[in-house]
Amino acid sequence: MKKIYSRYPMVKYLRQEALPTALCPGCGGGTVLNAFANAIDQLKIDPRDLVVVSGIGCSAWIASPYFLADTLHTTHGRAIAFATGVKVGLPDKYVVVISGDGDLASIGGNHLIHAARRNIDITVILVNNFIYGMTGGQVAPTTPFGAITTTTPYRNVEHPLKIAETVAAAGASYVARWTTAHVYQLIESIKKALTTKGFSLVEVISQCPVQFGRRNKMKEPAEMLRWFLKNSVPISKAKKMSEEELEGKFVIGEFVHRRRPEFTEELNKLIKEVQEKYVR
Amino acid sequence: MIIRGDEPEQKELLKKLYKPGNYFMMGDEAIAYGAIFAGCRFYAGYPITPSSEIAETMARELPKVGGYYLQMEDEIASIAAMIGASWTGFKVMTATSGPGFSLMQENLGYAVMTETPLVLVDVQRSGPSTGQATKGAQGDFFQARWGTHGDHPMIAVSPVSVEDAFWETIRAFNIAEKLRTPVVVLFDGILGHTREQIRIPDPDEVEIAYRKLPQSEEEAKLPFGDPHGDGIPPMPLFGHGYFTHVTGSTHKENGLRDVYTPEVHDRLIRRIHRKIEKNRDVYEKYEEYYTEDAEILVVSWGVSARPSLGAVLKARKEGIRVGLFVPKTVHPFPGERMRELGKKVRAILVPEMNLGQMILEVQRFVNDDVLLKGVNKIGGVPLTVEEILREIRGVAI
Ligand SMILES: Cc1ncc(C[n+]2csc(CCOP(=O)(O)OP(=O)(O)O)c2C)c(N)n1
Ligand code: SF4
Repeated sequence: MKKIYSRYPMVKYLRQEALPTALCPGCGGGTVLNAFANAIDQLKIDPRDLVVVSGIGCSAWIASPYFLADTLHTTHGRAIAFATGVKVGLPDKYVVVISGDGDLASIGGNHLIHAARRNIDITVILVNNFIYGMTGGQVAPTTPFGAITTTTPYRNVEHPLKIAETVAAAGASYVARWTTAHVYQLIESIKKALTTKGFSLVEVISQCPVQFGRRNKMKEPAEMLRWFLKNSVPISKAKKMSEEELEGKFVIGEFVHRRRPEFTEELNKLIKEVQEKYVR
Repeated sequence: MIIRGDEPEQKELLKKLYKPGNYFMMGDEAIAYGAIFAGCRFYAGYPITPSSEIAETMARELPKVGGYYLQMEDEIASIAAMIGASWTGFKVMTATSGPGFSLMQENLGYAVMTETPLVLVDVQRSGPSTGQATKGAQGDFFQARWGTHGDHPMIAVSPVSVEDAFWETIRAFNIAEKLRTPVVVLFDGILGHTREQIRIPDPDEVEIAYRKLPQSEEEAKLPFGDPHGDGIPPMPLFGHGYFTHVTGSTHKENGLRDVYTPEVHDRLIRRIHRKIEKNRDVYEKYEEYYTEDAEILVVSWGVSARPSLGAVLKARKEGIRVGLFVPKTVHPFPGERMRELGKKVRAILVPEMNLGQMILEVQRFVNDDVLLKGVNKIGGVPLTVEEILREIRGVAI
């Protein structure tokens, strides 16, 4: 086993005693871990300057425990709230949240929009596999309309949440969406997210062949990747398309990249002001 | 590695900002000042009556001492943020009331499992549900103990006055730091909103404890080990290059998850229990009045303790041999002392602002030949001296 890992150049970033990962073969989670490790490597970030926080779910395991950094594996949905405390304590470190769509956008949806509103300097990599993978493939707020899941055995009659669009509207400094079939763009976006001061979200549409693909006529991971490629629409093109034309498509690209006052900086500025006034 | 608020200049700062002397303040404010004197430099919360003055005081005072006030989107986020901050070396606190306390329970369990020091103040109000939102009560006795799921120990302290709230909050921080565990302060809306005189001490008079930090690379690599045999692992803080992994799932001494091996779960949970059981001297605290010759005993806690003392003093004047026992740490219950006292008396009265909660703990430690009777009042109005005195007279011969 050890030998196989040693051929992988990013293995130096992984907690080898925790390998192999618990992810299913063909899971998009591996691609996300790889892209994240490459982004860290290309930016030459010392993993000692990194704290990775995750919630509960398959996607939550991607970096916590597998990435060799300080890692905090929290309760379901609450990763961003935990990360907020970490960032205030360690404003000079990179604080990254990697977790699933159920975790971050369903149970944790409130924390997601409020962290974006506050514009706290946290990078969130949200792995959207349209499903609750870990609990056995139940319907999620991201499940496509009409899809089959274990709790929508006839078809899903709810509409999926547009996560990237929602977070951009909530006030994030950087928002992008890619799929696991767009690895190089994904790495570039993770790099931008890490280096943008303020709240950053990279939504990654990722395959869960086991819990989602299998029930929706895409048993093979490759079939899911082809589905992503075929239905991806760059954001520039999407702007000219109607709502109906965009139904069932994945809008990819950068949604926002802007500078707004950042929460921990503002908090520290405020403390300084108050201390100057009261402490002489 | 440093615990924030630990810097020597902090003491000078406190001396400058808060001159020692007598102040007139609310119980909620006393809790906030106690926290600041204990070294708390991170507060995350969500407003709820009757605890909001704690948040307001922290928002005003924390920046003066270089501390952080965060108003989060809800109570779940509040306790989550404070756990994250605690792992970066802050002493942390939040305050809430009934419904908010319920929301915090999952992450309170997370703090037990990950051995994260924190102080959670529950300013009890009437319930269940929204109940009488603005009225005090003592109905969360067991929520503090058993609110989260699983087998777990829990420490809760309960102040009896405004000044006591200041000191008990400091004690709560010291227990949390010494034992690397969450500590609940069971306060109540009546004392929270009562104003009375308290003395703010010189910071030099305040005993302050800090969590144990790893002394070597090996210790840091075992964030959930037991290198000193006291059940308390040193806490490697984030940001120091130790690559610490923290999870609420069952974990080995090195922090890595193992939910399949029965022995790993057994070892972890038993150690967490042992750490609390073995270190009783760190947290056990009670007060006694006239217990030496008592044949009737009043056992009371929190807001009900003072009218109980008033009733005991009056009954003594009437020649009734009655004593008072006040647990200040209510969980774990001071059962040994309760058992000893129970052997010496023939009747025990338990005044509390609920329909009978702490009385169940008392019952566990006394024989059934002792007359055991609750003095219970709900509706948001505290028990009076007269009401308790009447019951004492009733059981006196
Ligand atoms: C409070 C709470 N509710 C429910 C669960 C059960 N649970 C575990 S993982 C999960 C869903 C994970 O879905 P997602 O975040 O999309 O991650 P995936 O497994 O699909 O990667 C749920 C509901 C839990 N652990 N805690
Ligand atoms: S269940 Fe789905 S998301 Fe979970 S590891 Fe397997 S493929 Fe990945």
